[in-house]
Amino acid sequence: MSVSEEAERLSRRNFLRMAGIGGTALCLGLYTSGQAGVKVINQALVNAASEGVELAAWIIINTSGKVTLICHRAEMGQGVYHSIAQIIAEELEVDLYGVDIQLTQGDEKKYGSQLTGGSSTIRGSYKNLLKLSATAREVLIMAAAARWGVAADACYAESGHVIHKASGKKFHYGELVADAVKLAPPKEVKLKPRSAYQIIGKGNHRRDTPMKTNGEAIFGIDKRLPGLQFAAVKRNPRLRGKVKSFDASAALQVPGVTKVFKVVMGVWDTDREGVAVVANSTWAAIEGKKALRVEWDDTGFEHISTAEIYSRHRELLQSSEGLPLKTQGDPTGIISQSDHKLDVIYETPYQSHSCMEPVNCIAHFQGDKVEIWGPVQAPNWIQDYVSKKMGLARENVIVNMTFLGGGFGRKAMPDYPYEAVLVSKEIGAPVQVVWTREDDATQGPFRPGVSYRCEGAVEDGGITALKFRMAGQNNDHWRGGDNGKPNRSTSEGFLKPYYDTIKNISFADLPFKTPIPTSFWRSVYASTNGFAYESFMDELAHKAVRDPLDLRRQYLKDERSQLLIDKMEEVSGWKSRKKNDGYGVAITECFASTVGHIVKVSKGKTGGIHIDKVWVVVDCGWYVNPDIITAQVEGSVVMAIGAATIHEITFKDGMVEQRNFYDYKMPRIMDIPPIEVHIMENDEDAGGMGEPGLPAFAPALTNAIFDLTGKRIRKLPFDMGNAGMEK
Amino acid sequence: MINLNVNHKVYQVDADPNMPLLWVIRDLIGLTGTKYGCGVAQCGACVVHLNGEAVRSCVTKVSRAEGQQVTTIEGLSAQNNHPLQVAWNEENVPQCGYCHSGQIMSAAVLLREKADPTDQDIDDAMAGNLCRCGTYLRIRKAIHLAAELQKKEGGSV
Repeated sequence: MSVSEEAERLSRRNFLRMAGIGGTALCLGLYTSGQAGVKVINQALVNAASEGVELAAWIIINTSGKVTLICHRAEMGQGVYHSIAQIIAEELEVDLYGVDIQLTQGDEKKYGSQLTGGSSTIRGSYKNLLKLSATAREVLIMAAAARWGVAADACYAESGHVIHKASGKKFHYGELVADAVKLAPPKEVKLKPRSAYQIIGKGNHRRDTPMKTNGEAIFGIDKRLPGLQFAAVKRNPRLRGKVKSFDASAALQVPGVTKVFKVVMGVWDTDREGVAVVANSTWAAIEGKKALRVEWDDTGFEHISTAEIYSRHRELLQSSEGLPLKTQGDPTGIISQSDHKLDVIYETPYQSHSCMEPVNCIAHFQGDKVEIWGPVQAPNWIQDYVSKKMGLARENVIVNMTFLGGGFGRKAMPDYPYEAVLVSKEIGAPVQVVWTREDDATQGPFRPGVSYRCEGAVEDGGITALKFRMAGQNNDHWRGGDNGKPNRSTSEGFLKPYYDTIKNISFADLPFKTPIPTSFWRSVYASTNGFAYESFMDELAHKAVRDPLDLRRQYLKDERSQLLIDKMEEVSGWKSRKKNDGYGVAITECFASTVGHIVKVSKGKTGGIHIDKVWVVVDCGWYVNPDIITAQVEGSVVMAIGAATIHEITFKDGMVEQRNFYDYKMPRIMDIPPIEVHIMENDEDAGGMGEPGLPAFAPALTNAIFDLTGKRIRKLPFDMGNAGMEK
Repeated sequence: MINLNVNHKVYQVDADPNMPLLWVIRDLIGLTGTKYGCGVAQCGACVVHLNGEAVRSCVTKVSRAEGQQVTTIEGLSAQNNHPLQVAWNEENVPQCGYCHSGQIMSAAVLLREKADPTDQDIDDAMAGNLCRCGTYLRIRKAIHLAAELQKKEGGSV
C-alpha cells in the first residue's frame, strides 16, 4: 500500500469513527439507481468494514440524489419511523417528504441497541443522529466547494443540494457523494440551535400515515414469502403445563392441514408446550387446531388462582420487611412513634398487552441459518436467544423488522419468533405462526399484578416519613433468574426530588413467585407503583389537611417540578376549583420524563362517575414532534382508562379466565373524555414519551373520585358505574 | 371454485364455502390491508364492504360474498384520496395503524349515510371498532373533517 493510499484509508477510518458516538459511526453509502434494495457499492466503506470499523448506516444517498433514511428501531405506533427521519432531515438538510424511509434488520454493530423499550429511541439516539447528519451535510458541502474551488463556508446546504452563495450554482447531493466519501470530515460540526430548527419541533404529518390508510403498510402478519405455510399452535391452557399426548387424526381431516407435531417453545429460561398445526392458510391452521385433541400434563400448575395470589401478597405485606431497595433516615421508627399515621394496602391487577395485531412471526430455517420476519421490538434479543437455542452463529440469525400492530412490551419477548423457528425447522419451509386472539389473551406474558403496603406519618401539615413495600412478580426473574436482589423497579415512577425533602423514606420488595409468565407492559412497574404511591400522597395530604398539589409543591423543590406544577394549575384552573368539586392530581416520572395529570370527575347522569376532562402536562426536555407526544399521551390515557376501570386478567385453576375482547373489554370511542396535553419548553436532555404519559392517570382519577365522594379506591380495576357509591 | 368480485376485480378462489371472507381476502387473494384482530366480530379490524354495507369479514362466510361486490381498504379510493383518507392524514390519526383499515371502512358507511354526522352518530357508528393505541379522539375529529371535505367535493363518496 502506497503512502497516499494509506493516508486515504486512515482518513476514511477517521471519518467513520469521528461521526459516531459510543462505538458506532456514519456510513454514507451509495447505491446505483435501478438496483433492487439497498446495496453499498462504495469499496472504501466495504474495506473499512472488513478492517473492523463499525458502521452505522442511517443515510444512503444514490448518485441520482435519492436519499434513503433508515429507521433502526421498531415502529409500533410511537412514531419513530417519522421522528428519526425528522431528526436526520433537519441537520442533513433534505426534504422530509422527499426521502425514502426504510425499516431494517437487527444489526447492533451498525445501529447500537435496537431494543425498542424503555421509551429509549429518541432520548438514546438523538445526539448521535444530529451529529452524524450534520457531518454528512458538511462533507457534502466540502465536496461541492472543492469542485468549485471555493471555500466551504462560501456554500450552504438546502433541500438536498449544496449551493454556492455568490454564484447561486448548485449540485444535488447525488452528484457529490462519490467525492464526499473520500474526504476527511471536519473534526467538529456545529449543530443548529433549537431556534433555527425548520423540521424538528414541528407536529408535521407523519410519514407512515398514508400507507396506514390504504392497506399498504406491511405488518408482521401481512408479510408473505414464496412457499409460505401457515401454522397455529394449541398450547397448554394451564400456564407452563406440558403435553402428555395428542391425537392428530381429526386435525389432519381439515382441508389444507398438512402436518401436526409437538413443539416445546422457550419463554426465556422456561418451556411452554403445545402442538403445532401447519396448513396452507391461516384459517385452515386455526380450524385444524380446533379439531386437535390433546391430553395435557398439568402437574404442578393446576392451582393458580387470583384469590390465592392476592391473599399471599397480603400475608407477605403483613409479615415481612422484605428486601430493602432504598432506605434513608428511619421511617419505621418515625412511623411507629407517630400519632398521625396511615397504613393501607393497594392492589393492582394482571394485565394483557392485547396488541391489535396478535402475536405472530415468520421464520425460514435453512440449516446453518434462519431468517425471521415479524413485528418485533427487540431484534438483537431474538438473535441472542435463537442462536443460543438453535446452536447457530449469531450473524446467521437474520431478523427483518416489519411494522408492529402495537407492541407495549409484549413484542420484546423472543418466545414467538423462536416458536416459529422450531416449526419451520420441522417442516423445512418458511412458515408464519399466527396466535389467535384467544392464544394472545390466555398465554401471556402479562403485566404482573402487584400489591403494596404504604405507611406514612404526618406532623404539622407535612410528611415526616414514607415506607413502601411491594409484593408482586419480578419480570427480571424470567430473564436470568432470581439473583436474590430486590426488584430494581420497586421505586419506579416515584419522583426523585422527594428524596431531597422527605427525610425518612424506604422502599422494599417482597419477592413473590408464580408460574405465570410476566413481562414489561407499557411503563412497566411505574404503571402499578404510580397508582399506589401517588394515591398515598393524596391520602397523606388529606390526613395533613393540605391541598394535594400544594403538598407536592412543598416537597418538589427543583425548578422543573415547580414550573410543571405552575403549568398544571394554570391549564386546569386548579386554584379556582370549588371544594369537593371532583378534581384529582398525580405526578409520576419514568424513563426521564415527568408527567402530571389532573382529572375532573362528576356524578354521572345515570349514577356512577363520569370523567369530564383530563389535563396532562409533560416535561420531556428536548423533543422532536409535539403532535406525536400529544398522541402518545392521549393513547396512554385511553390505555390507562382500560387498565384502571375496565379489564383485568384473572386466574382460576391454573388458567386465564379471559379469552377475547368480549370478556377482556376495551375502552371504546364513547368512553373517552376530552384530553388536553401541554408540553413544557426547556433545553434539558430528552426524556422518553412512549410510556411516561400512563402511570399518573389512574391515581389522578381515583384521587378525583375521593375529592368528589370521599370514597378512597385502593384496588384496580374498579367499576366506574358504581364508583363512589359503595359504603 | 368460488367467484368473487373484490374491488371490481374478479377472482376465482378454491376455498371451503365456510371459510371466512377475511382469510380468503388475506391468504388466498393476497390483499392484506384487511386485518385479523379477534375472529369473533368484537374489534372491527376486519371490516369490509359487501355491496356497500359494512360487514365483519372474520365472521362472514365466503359463500355469502359470492357474486356480490366486495370492497376492501385497498379499493376504497384510487389514489388514497377518499375524504376519510385525506382527513386521517391531516389529523395524524393512526399510531400503530393496524385497526385503521377497519376504522376507515366503518366510517365510510357512516359518511355515506350521514353527510354531517354528530358526535353521537360517530359514537354509534364507530363503537364496534377498537383501537388499542387510543386514537379515538382523532378518529372523531377526522370524521368531522372528512364530512367537511366531502361537502366541498360535492358529496360524492
